[in-house]
Amino acid sequence: MDVVLLSRLQFGLTTVYHFFFVPLTIGLTLMVAVMETIYAKNGNEDYKKMAKFWGKLLLINFAMGVVTGIVQEFQFGMNWSGYSRFVGDIFGAPLAIEALFAFFLESTFLGIWIFGWDKLKPMMHAACMWIVAVASSVSAFWILLANSFMQNPVGYAIRNGRAEMESFLALLTNDHLQYQYPHVITAAWATAGFFVLGISAINLLKGHDKAFFQKSMKVATVFALVGSLLVAGVGHAQGQHLGDEQPMKMAAAEALWETEDPAGLALAAVIDEETGENTFEIVLPKMLSFMMHNSFEGEVKGIHDLQAEMAAEHGEGNYIPPVTVCFWAFRVMVGAGGLMILFALAALVFNKTGKLARNRLVLKLLGLGIALPYLANSAGWILAEMGRQPWIVYGLQTVYDGVSASVSGTEVLISLVGFALIYTVLAVVDVYLLAKFGVKDVHELEVKEV
Amino acid sequence: MELNVLWFILIGVLFAGFFILEGFDYGVGILLPFAGKNDTERRVILNTIGPFWDGNEVWLLTAGGAIFAAFPNWYATLFSGFYLAFFLILFGLIVRGVAIDFRSKLDNPTWRKTWDGLFFIGSLLPALLFGVAVSNFLTGVPIDANMEFVGNLFTLITPYTLLGGIVFVLVFAFHGSLFLSLKSGVEELNARVKGYSVKIGLAMLAVTVAWVICGALITGILNSVIAIVAVALAALCLIIAVALQWKGRSGLAFVASVVAILCVTVMVFAAMFPNVLISTLNPLWSLTIYNASSSPYTLKIMTIVAVTLVPIVLCYQAWSFWIFRKRVTKNDLHY
Repeated sequence: MDVVLLSRLQFGLTTVYHFFFVPLTIGLTLMVAVMETIYAKNGNEDYKKMAKFWGKLLLINFAMGVVTGIVQEFQFGMNWSGYSRFVGDIFGAPLAIEALFAFFLESTFLGIWIFGWDKLKPMMHAACMWIVAVASSVSAFWILLANSFMQNPVGYAIRNGRAEMESFLALLTNDHLQYQYPHVITAAWATAGFFVLGISAINLLKGHDKAFFQKSMKVATVFALVGSLLVAGVGHAQGQHLGDEQPMKMAAAEALWETEDPAGLALAAVIDEETGENTFEIVLPKMLSFMMHNSFEGEVKGIHDLQAEMAAEHGEGNYIPPVTVCFWAFRVMVGAGGLMILFALAALVFNKTGKLARNRLVLKLLGLGIALPYLANSAGWILAEMGRQPWIVYGLQTVYDGVSASVSGTEVLISLVGFALIYTVLAVVDVYLLAKFGVKDVHELEVKEV
Repeated sequence: MELNVLWFILIGVLFAGFFILEGFDYGVGILLPFAGKNDTERRVILNTIGPFWDGNEVWLLTAGGAIFAAFPNWYATLFSGFYLAFFLILFGLIVRGVAIDFRSKLDNPTWRKTWDGLFFIGSLLPALLFGVAVSNFLTGVPIDANMEFVGNLFTLITPYTLLGGIVFVLVFAFHGSLFLSLKSGVEELNARVKGYSVKIGLAMLAVTVAWVICGALITGILNSVIAIVAVALAALCLIIAVALQWKGRSGLAFVASVVAILCVTVMVFAAMFPNVLISTLNPLWSLTIYNASSSPYTLKIMTIVAVTLVPIVLCYQAWSFWIFRKRVTKNDLHY
């Protein structure tokens, strides 16, 4: 079988899977730190209980994030050795810095947090969780810095047959990163918000400890609302920026085959990638121009013109990403994001009026709402990474040149099946444990338990 | 000092840190099914490494990241060349990480037995494979003129490299038994561990001597004075460690085994220098600290980062060992 395709499948699978756990870790460490700080400051035992209860779910999630993260550190070399040689001078640095700067802090201080309840003063103990929270956000920064280079290479020169670092500062200030980092971090806050809202809602539906879960929901609503509003705002700005930076990605995300002025926004489309057209579409006139330029006029370039431009610049070849996937991934992300804002507002309003615990419909919706940030996060990454195809580093190297020359299709197939199996089993175990420890009466929470 | 040399040493330091710290974690995992006779003992055993194992594993991740940053061609050739071996290591590390976290979550004997079994495999497999990998660093592997590995999984597995794998398993098991002796507060368990410790230690000495002699015959260990001194010191420390443990001086024995593992790492790196991956096809095709390295600019940036951060990491990891300096007793079962 085709090594490139298999390697891409494996990278996609392992990375999307890893990112099920990352945003919840980033958001929930922060939330648990806030809860525990309230306890440490005014000695309110409810908040200690909260930190322990949500902390336990955090630990289950964290373990999954850690073990799936190890794969990330090594699979660039395993499957993408051509890429690793080509960009190692630039890409290796943020990965190493992430480990030195963030992983050590996260893992060491989480270890102290887990076992240190009786050994440290409350403020010190809470401080450990703050360190974990800050470190996981810092960790995301370095990874996204590395990813931003793949999306928008800056600060490099091509020398000795590879991309060599010219300016570390340019990497730190990459335009792409300035949109991507806040987009990911605010998405993580929203993820944690919806996770805690949803689990609390399920517990309220089951009649478990009302006061505890209502209080948890208050904290979570802030995360859900602030997160989902900011992620949408930043996302919009990022979309406009991508229109200049990676016009092909945006054109694919909109399934805009021909250059238009003003351009309409397709709400839904039946896409024929063979012939390069939409056989059916529902279009809002002028809206795409408005989204991209804040004006009902303005040209938006289509896929065919961009293909011709790229062929002229980089030589013959197909530079069109998988349009159907990009188009629908974009709609899933934006659709889920829109629902998240509505759900968060509903949680806020019903919480304020004190009716949330009795409104079973809203509680059920919030329970289902746990899925929304996961859908949006995954779809967002699928758009970001599929939308730069066939490039592995935008404009510099294609996936065909990036793949490992010494690894056979059979070997990748073996590892792909292996990862798929073990990740499936772990997903079942993870969900089972989250349900077991997330959905229960808090009175059962033993003092000794973390 | 030239930055290429400095980074070679620094990566050696990271590997030494990894082998010393994660070494006793693996050892504790390998001993778990034998030393822990009931559920309480097994939880005590796991809790001796509970607060540390994740931080210890970051030494491996950092070593991997540092190889990528400082010697991208080494990273690319090594990980793509040893593809299936690294897949198996990853498999081990994945099941191990979740096993220690998940095993006590349910009060069901089958559940706990399964995760304990996986923790054992997840500790044994990486220990074995890292030994195999390190032995291949010493013998060299088939690398062509384009820096590409041209063998397969079975190229990497020879009697000598397998012997290296067994050496690593036994050294880590011994190292872990010393750590357990220091950290467990359960007397029956400690008595049992001490018995294992001495037996494993004797087997370890025999196998290690065989591995070193074979290595002297078929690898470049004898070409480097530093390697010769290091390997002699390593052997001496291991003998002292076994003797001290037999006398019941676990603390000093642990120090000796730390020094021994450090010396083995020094031996491996000194024997390779200035190569990072030796080609058995043509010495000119070997990857060296020069042809595999990053640009001087990147090395400079990374040096500033590493020199600043590594001491800080050492400080707070030491602090965490200080916080949890007491022995783990039957009353410390929460997780």
